[in-house]
Amino acid sequence: MSDLNKLTLADARDKLRAKEITSVELTESCLSAIDAADALNAFVHKTPEIALERAKAADARLATGDAPAMCGLPIGIKDLFCTQGVPSQAASGILEGFVPEYESTVSGKLHDAGSVMLGKLNMDEFAMGSSNETSVYGNAVNPWRRGNDETPLTPGGSSGGSASAVSADLCLAATGTDTGGSIRQPCAFTGTVGIKPTYGRCSRWGVVAFASSLDQAGPMTKTVRDAAIMLEAMAGHDPKDSTSADLAVPNFEAMLTGDIKGKKIGIPKEYRLDGTPDEIVKLWDNGTAMLKDAGAEIVDISLPHTKYALPAYYVIAPAEASSNLARYDGVRYGHRATLGAGDGITEMYEKTRAEGFGHEVQRRVMVGTYVLSAGFYDAYYNRARRVRALIKKDFDDAFAAGVDAILTPATPSSAFGLGEMTDEDPVKMYLNDVFTVTVNLAGLPGISVPTGVDAQGLPLGLQLIGRPWEEGDLLNTAYALEQAAGFVAKPGRWW
Amino acid sequence: MSIDTQTAAKVAKLARIKVEDEALPALANEFNTILGFIEQLNEVDVEGVEPMTSVTPQRLKRREDVVTDGNMQDKILKNAPDAREGFFAVPKVVE
Repeated sequence: MSDLNKLTLADARDKLRAKEITSVELTESCLSAIDAADALNAFVHKTPEIALERAKAADARLATGDAPAMCGLPIGIKDLFCTQGVPSQAASGILEGFVPEYESTVSGKLHDAGSVMLGKLNMDEFAMGSSNETSVYGNAVNPWRRGNDETPLTPGGSSGGSASAVSADLCLAATGTDTGGSIRQPCAFTGTVGIKPTYGRCSRWGVVAFASSLDQAGPMTKTVRDAAIMLEAMAGHDPKDSTSADLAVPNFEAMLTGDIKGKKIGIPKEYRLDGTPDEIVKLWDNGTAMLKDAGAEIVDISLPHTKYALPAYYVIAPAEASSNLARYDGVRYGHRATLGAGDGITEMYEKTRAEGFGHEVQRRVMVGTYVLSAGFYDAYYNRARRVRALIKKDFDDAFAAGVDAILTPATPSSAFGLGEMTDEDPVKMYLNDVFTVTVNLAGLPGISVPTGVDAQGLPLGLQLIGRPWEEGDLLNTAYALEQAAGFVAKPGRWW
Repeated sequence: MSIDTQTAAKVAKLARIKVEDEALPALANEFNTILGFIEQLNEVDVEGVEPMTSVTPQRLKRREDVVTDGNMQDKILKNAPDAREGFFAVPKVVE
């Protein structure tokens, strides 16, 4: 059977258990697809030996009937996750040559669940970016194109390699991380599904830190069902992450009934931004109608502080980043600059960090340093944290009024061309996250579901935002939306 | 609030990132763009609002203050750019 790499997690799982296929066949199919897709620059560290070894082990377990949830399913891992014995660079020059001696909790859980790691995936450096253009490995490329136009498009960011790989069927699914939209925006740009769970649902241990109060890992998949399967395998309490929640992880897949009758879906008026393309507005209206037809009650809601989410984020995230990235000092791991005669330890730090960090990372670390510096801490950092409390309260109020989920666009546009934003000021790029960043600030679960294509044939996604810890209910609403939208388009193969 | 090249140089120093003098004006410019964007926060009435410390109301878990692992000097030093005799090596710190 050919094209096994095009299977969903759920279908491949069922075929493996029915002994119709083996994990080795499935894994080899993905490895061939990866080798033929270097033009996408999605996989940046390939691990075929590890993959085949795990596939063989999975086949052995399947044969004995002792198969955990993701047994034998080949996936990609974002380069932000530390993987034992495999380079883990966060797409940064400063972690050149870093090979962890330990495994992140999430990638370890996925391994324990029987999944097969195919390799590490491209991303923006330290997850800072919305286009995968800040990576030390170079740009990841979107498998989608504007019709016959060959302009290379961004797969989004920061989990751009993950989105590109899943969309192009190089792997069945991939891990992503999301600090301001880094799972949901790339998924929207590539016609894939991505969920950022409630803050604390997945352990952050072993995931290279960007902004600790916002970072969450999540699955990036071909379908909502796959997202449910993979999230369950990734989630759970971890004593090594003090912010990880000690809550039971439900069987998310079992909650996918598609029945959303009587659910209250909020439509926030503040997300109707001036200048949003008609296509996005139409997509949103269509999605609203689909949920209504499925039996949901649609209510207009107000999230009055929405406008201030991005500016608050661009204080809080750089502040936390400047603190987290202080560890890259050229002493314990990664790159150290070659020093001149007479250079002391300060010159070592300064030269190492200037050489090792890319431009966007340097800029954010310095903005963070500034907003935390004496005299500005209250004016910027504390004010932003206060505004964050108000943004969270907006959501709390909506949920207290009985809203079960909130429907919004996932992105303000479809995928743009690589290099098209290079000359713009940095704030223009930051606006990509305008619909997603509120969710991180409020710690809520959010999922991006592909529901249509634009006039150029590029995928567009809608976002559903759920109540804290109710990923199961959120996934079910997303499942109903997915069923109604019937999005089946795939990128035509050119790579 | 406008950032001049002198402030940009000070921030770079605090962040321990070497920025060449000729790059400072452009950097100051970028800071001003970003800070201009952040200034919007001043429109919000935050009177009486506590700064958020944790997005989930739960209290951080505590554990007993005991050693839980160790004896892995080799692993810890393995990725060091310069490790000697069981230590991380750095340029001379004390004159």
